[in-house]
Amino acid sequence: MAEITLKSLAHTYLANPQSPQDYAIREMNHVWHQGGAYALLGPSGCGKSTLLNIISGLLEPSSGEVLFDGEVVNELPPEARNIAQVFQFPVIYDTMTVYDNLAFPLRNVKTPEERVHERVMEVADVLELTFQLKRKAKNLTADEKQKVSMGRGLVRDDVSAILFDEPLTVIDPQLKWKLRRKLKEIHQRFQITMVYVTHDQLEASTFADKVAVMYEGQVVQFGTPRELFETPNHTFVGYFIGSPGMNFLNVSASEGVVWAGDTALTVGHGVCDAIEKATSSNIKLGIRPEFIEVHAAPVEGGMPAQVDHAQDLGTYSIIYLVLGGISLKARIEEDQVTPAGKAWLRFPDERLGLYVDEYRVEIDHE
Amino acid sequence: MNKVYNNRAWWLILPMLLLVAFSAVIPLMTVVNYSVQDVFDANTRFFTGTEWFKEMLNDPALQAAVLRQFAFSLTILAIEVPLGIGIALIMPKKGWRASAALILVTMPLLIPWNVVGSIWQIFTRGDIGLMGWSLRELGYSYNITSNPVDAWATIILMDVWHWTSLIALLCYSGLRSIPDAYYQAARIDRASKWAVFRYIQLPKLTNVLVIGVLLRFMHSFMIYAEPFVLTGGGPGSSTTFLSQSLTTMAIGQQDLGPSAAFSLIYFLIILLVTWVFYTAIMNMQKDNNKGA
Repeated sequence: MAEITLKSLAHTYLANPQSPQDYAIREMNHVWHQGGAYALLGPSGCGKSTLLNIISGLLEPSSGEVLFDGEVVNELPPEARNIAQVFQFPVIYDTMTVYDNLAFPLRNVKTPEERVHERVMEVADVLELTFQLKRKAKNLTADEKQKVSMGRGLVRDDVSAILFDEPLTVIDPQLKWKLRRKLKEIHQRFQITMVYVTHDQLEASTFADKVAVMYEGQVVQFGTPRELFETPNHTFVGYFIGSPGMNFLNVSASEGVVWAGDTALTVGHGVCDAIEKATSSNIKLGIRPEFIEVHAAPVEGGMPAQVDHAQDLGTYSIIYLVLGGISLKARIEEDQVTPAGKAWLRFPDERLGLYVDEYRVEIDHE
Repeated sequence: MNKVYNNRAWWLILPMLLLVAFSAVIPLMTVVNYSVQDVFDANTRFFTGTEWFKEMLNDPALQAAVLRQFAFSLTILAIEVPLGIGIALIMPKKGWRASAALILVTMPLLIPWNVVGSIWQIFTRGDIGLMGWSLRELGYSYNITSNPVDAWATIILMDVWHWTSLIALLCYSGLRSIPDAYYQAARIDRASKWAVFRYIQLPKLTNVLVIGVLLRFMHSFMIYAEPFVLTGGGPGSSTTFLSQSLTTMAIGQQDLGPSAAFSLIYFLIILLVTWVFYTAIMNMQKDNNKGA
């Protein structure tokens, strides 16, 4: 049980890093609180697994510190950190039975056999492995093996944290859902800090209370799934979270009007003021497809747009729009009329996000 | 797709059948043929049935050779397998050291049998051989031509030197194929070095070790050139192994019938031991409590 703090942590696999691009983890500070259920979300190659391996001690960071409950553990090997980690592909000890596999981490530290039995039975019960206990682990199916892998992490009830490195990759979708719920259940029962690495936003938001989104070796936002959705801090979060991702328009302001290319946008004064205050020319206006108002007939403040095509996804549709040469996606519910040919769009002010140099800036809506 | 039934397809196995016939069946049948007859010349022969087999099985010299052969094969296996695994474990895994180690380890395997025998023959000579001379200088009256213990130890040492590399190379490739995640998981599980070996490395080596042990068993059971060159089977018959007894009988004495019968017995022993070993290993890996 521990609070895990990362202090000016950075890591590179190169001997002589030149630019920030050479770093797998760029300098960052982060705290995982004791007992939290966290997800580390990001695309492949963004440094998620590297970060996880640094926390568990399989990798030593190039610079910065890892602290467990305020104590620097950089030098400690994983054995000494008392941490559990579940890998992407099941790792099982072939020659042992399922029971022995689960008991292995406990027996390695000479836990009394009664205690081992108690823990193994409890974990087997939670993971529904009770009937497999006497089987050789080698003969299990891939998802049973992964359950055994997870079980080995869970039997140790004194661990500082359990780290999951995309543990459900090999598992069938149906079972995936069940196991994710199971993990959540286990978390609630044992109150162990859990960090769950994934590139699937759904997996992240169903498992975690708070999600850290990683992009190019940095945590660009750390927040609840709702915060990530409603107020993405970085254009990447907007683009990565949500399906489809956020719409971004390159904008500029002149004489009190906000322009997206040659098109004047009907947005509040606050947006215009904020754009004028920005010192960079990299300014983007972001709005989620869910929040664009699409009207089939002209409305007040509606911007005329072309409807390119619509994609029916059952309970909702995604329509592809062109507004003054800029492509936009909007999501409309099934009971709404899908406009054909022409549509009128409105961007509700409170749903807009303004991004200067990819980071969100506050808009004063008055 | 429709399955077409056409019995003419049987002809397609004919080339294979011919190949096997010439490579195995026909030569073997010649031996079988000789083993049940007493042949004097091209026109004179008598059918003897199982007589040669009985004679061979009851021959004390051959019985002794069989025991000697088993003692030899089991001894070299008991040394070469653990030693080979040990060498594979300490061989470097990366960089120029890995290549250098591989070349060094492979070297003995590239030397022909006769040459190995000759090398050791010279190596162990008391007057000019490095090992023989050194041992003598150290005060041990080492002599492979008069002392059976010396002769045995030297042959075993020679075989270990020549063939441990094979086990080491097989194990090395087996070890290299273990994904890093296993070692990482073991560290996370706080497994000791011994536990890593016992529960990760050794199980992953089972398959290559089965091949290694089978090869080494068959090979050592047929050993001929090296002891023949080194000791000539002596002193006395203390290092006369099966193939040498057979050669003496078949080539030296022209006893074709008995040596044919003996060849078949020899072949069956190897087949039987190999089969028993293989079946035992495969059974060990089975799930004893299926679904219990």
